[in-house]
Amino acid sequence: MLNFRFRPELRMPGWKSIPFPDQIKRLLIIFIILVIMLITVRNYLMPPTFVKEGHYRAAAIDSILALPIHYAGQEACSECHDEYVALKQTSYHQNVACEVCHGPGANHVEDPSENTPSAPRQRGLCPLCHIYNASKPTGFPQINIVTHNPLEPCMSCHEPHDPKPPQPPEECGACHGEIARTKAVSHHAALECTQCHSAPEAHKKDPRSFRPSKPRKRTFCGGCHGENAESAGEIPRVDLQSHEPDHACWQCHYPHYPEVR
Amino acid sequence: MKKKRELMNRREFLRESTLVGTVLLLFGSPASEDSDSSNDNEPIHQYGMGIQVDKCIGCGQCVDACKRENDVPREPFFFRTWVERYIILIDGTAQVDSPNGGSEGFPEMVAENEIMRTFFVPKLCNQCANPPCVQVCPVGATFITKDGVILIDKDYCLGCRYCIQACPYGARFLNPVTSTAEKCTFCYHRLSRGLKPACVEVCPTEARIFGEIGLRSSLLARFMRFNKVQVLKPHLNTEPKIYYANLDGEVR
Ligand code: HEC
Ligand code: HEC
Ligand code: HEC
Ligand code: HEC
Ligand code: HEC
Ligand code: HEC
Ligand code: HEC
Ligand code: HEC
Repeated sequence: MLNFRFRPELRMPGWKSIPFPDQIKRLLIIFIILVIMLITVRNYLMPPTFVKEGHYRAAAIDSILALPIHYAGQEACSECHDEYVALKQTSYHQNVACEVCHGPGANHVEDPSENTPSAPRQRGLCPLCHIYNASKPTGFPQINIVTHNPLEPCMSCHEPHDPKPPQPPEECGACHGEIARTKAVSHHAALECTQCHSAPEAHKKDPRSFRPSKPRKRTFCGGCHGENAESAGEIPRVDLQSHEPDHACWQCHYPHYPEVR
Repeated sequence: MKKKRELMNRREFLRESTLVGTVLLLFGSPASEDSDSSNDNEPIHQYGMGIQVDKCIGCGQCVDACKRENDVPREPFFFRTWVERYIILIDGTAQVDSPNGGSEGFPEMVAENEIMRTFFVPKLCNQCANPPCVQVCPVGATFITKDGVILIDKDYCLGCRYCIQACPYGARFLNPVTSTAEKCTFCYHRLSRGLKPACVEVCPTEARIFGEIGLRSSLLARFMRFNKVQVLKPHLNTEPKIYYANLDGEVR
């Protein structure tokens, strides 16, 4: 075996001093080709910052970071328009950013005289948020734009940077639409909200600070549904002592849509 | 004697290969077109967003601002964020729509006396901690940054659409102009300048709350403290970083 390996005629001329078996030589050639390929791929075909931070091109982050901005942000406006910012800060529109109404203003901030933002004075702007829509959450002020003072621009009655609170709506359903709609199709349709809740007048102006009452005791429902309650005959009755005495009635029967099953 | 020569040979071979290896290391290391983003001194962020579903009024300002800020095509099929309207009818069936992403309002769809519950749900890329889109990208053109944001390398994307297929939230689309995949970046270019994402900036009711996960004194931490939050499709284990509060059971 070994004798075969070191047959002198198989050695490379230059490497004569070291014995160099043939198969290693071939392997080495393949190995070197692979290494050259790897270097070529790494240096010429693969983007330079690939795998620097992970399996991606780190330079891509820089090009994303370098993208221009269009919205300058509200703080940027206060530098020059502090009176509008101050006016809006305590108003109902405190969370409505300047650029919602005036459009993106980054280029205006850079050069105010060259790029003036628009001041939308038509009726189209405000309904974006205030048009009536059943899906809007409880308490958000909404109007019917067809009937709400048509033809006049909103500005003539409401200062856009400080819209004044109007007279409060009378009906509970104006703000509690979902509950009112649910109750309307339930067995309790005929019951007024105020039969179960006493709502202070201030609740309609400032709902979260002045909360209406809610029933607290089983005997409240018992006033109509108890065995001996003095109420209309067709109202179904239960015995308060034996009918699920450990729980409040509304833990099982949703009061705005009571069901027995 | 022979044995010894053989040993020498091996050693010689090892020396040769080490030499080659060193050469490889020297030439193989990436060329010095360095990037600033690898600045190790910067604190590592973990960005996330909270969404208070019961505050959304469906005004669509976020959709519009997102398109303007990120130059998203105006056609009604391309959105990085959009608003869905859910309507649950009295008979219990649910309807979902998002006309033009909600950017032009929601015309009445069903008569009001048929509606039981209805509300709006803003949607966007969930910036998953375990993102399926990144796993399927064949060229590493979409990736997760150190601060947890999934980005797309526009110059490297092939437009093969695997990621669009892989996203369980439908958050990606193919930009018709560049033919590359696109989606919400949390307005990464704004964050680095200390600005909020455009959708958060314009939201009039603070339905969207942006911040850093784990930072105790932040709007997002308060949002998490006061709400029971949910993520979309938790059973997929994508670990989203968009947290919804007061989410109705019907929302998918
Ligand atoms: C560097 C100072 C500066 C900053 C910052 C700035 N503005 Fe102005 N803005 C001006 C000046 C000056 C004018 C008056 C330009 C004129 O009359 O030609 C103006 C005018 C306006 C107008 C009135 C346009 C009209 O039709 O009359 C609006 C609206 C406005 N700015 C909004 C904004 C908003 C929104 C921002 C924040 C994104 C902002 N500005 C930031 C300097 C500034
Ligand atoms: C709800 C929408 C809305 C918001 C929010 C809003 N504006 Fe206005 N702004 C208007 C409208 C509408 C006018 C035009 C008022 C008029 O003509 O009486 C206007 C007028 C102005 C003007 C004067 C333009 C002129 O020619 O008189 C400036 C300046 C201005 N806004 C700056 C601001 C700044 C700064 C903010 C943020 C702090 C802001 N606005 C927020 C709607 C808005
Ligand atoms: C981007 C959405 C948005 C736009 C556009 C907008 N508003 Fe508002 N508006 C709001 C929000 C949010 C409130 C605060 C509601 C609350 O306190 O619950 C509000 C409150 C109001 C109120 C107070 C109503 C009340 O009783 O609480 C009035 C009046 C009003 N806006 C008028 C306007 C007018 C006029 C315009 C057009 C110049 C306008 N809004 C444009 C979002 C908007
Ligand atoms: C002629 C004056 C006038 C004009 C023009 C006008 N409003 Fe009003 N607005 C009122 C008055 C008065 C109230 C309070 C009584 C009521 O609810 O009708 C009110 C109430 C509101 C409310 C509060 C509703 C609520 O339920 O809390 C909003 C929001 C509102 N207006 C928005 C607008 C918008 C948007 C426009 C333009 C499309 C507009 N208004 C045009 C006078 C006006
Ligand atoms: C201007 C809009 C508005 C009107 C009108 C209104 N509410 Fe409310 N109401 C609200 C808001 C907003 C809340 C607070 C909801 C919340 O915090 O989740 C509320 C809360 C309540 C609550 C719950 C209180 C609690 O502690 O949980 C009751 C009960 C209630 N309202 C009953 C009524 C009744 C009855 C009427 C009619 C007499 C009425 N409301 C009229 C806006 C309104
Ligand atoms: C039969 C009595 C009854 C009537 C009628 C009634 N409620 Fe209630 N309401 C209750 C009870 C009981 C609760 C407490 C429910 C609970 O804690 O599970 C409640 C809770 C509420 C709440 C707070 C919890 C919630 O579901 O959001 C609001 C708001 C409310 N009612 C508004 C109204 C309005 C508006 C009307 C009229 C359209 C109305 N209610 C009619 C008994 C009633
Ligand atoms: C003012 C009287 C009144 C009060 C108070 C009242 N209810 Fe009723 N309730 C009614 C009437 C009226 C009906 C409908 C009877 C009918 O269907 O003819 C009804 C029906 C019901 C039903 C039966 C529904 C069915 O499917 O038959 C349940 C359950 C019920 N109420 C639960 C409650 C609960 C719980 C409360 C306390 C939060 C309550 N009610 C308070 C008047 C009242
Ligand atoms: C643990 C749940 C639970 C609680 C708490 C509860 N109920 Fe019921 N209630 C039911 C169920 C289930 C039924 C239907 C089966 C039955 O008739 O027992 C029912 C039936 C009724 C009915 C209809 C009876 C009929 O003959 O049609 C009325 C009225 C009623 N409950 C009122 C009340 C009132 C008032 C209270 C509070 C004093 C209350 N319930 C508390 C579960 C509950």
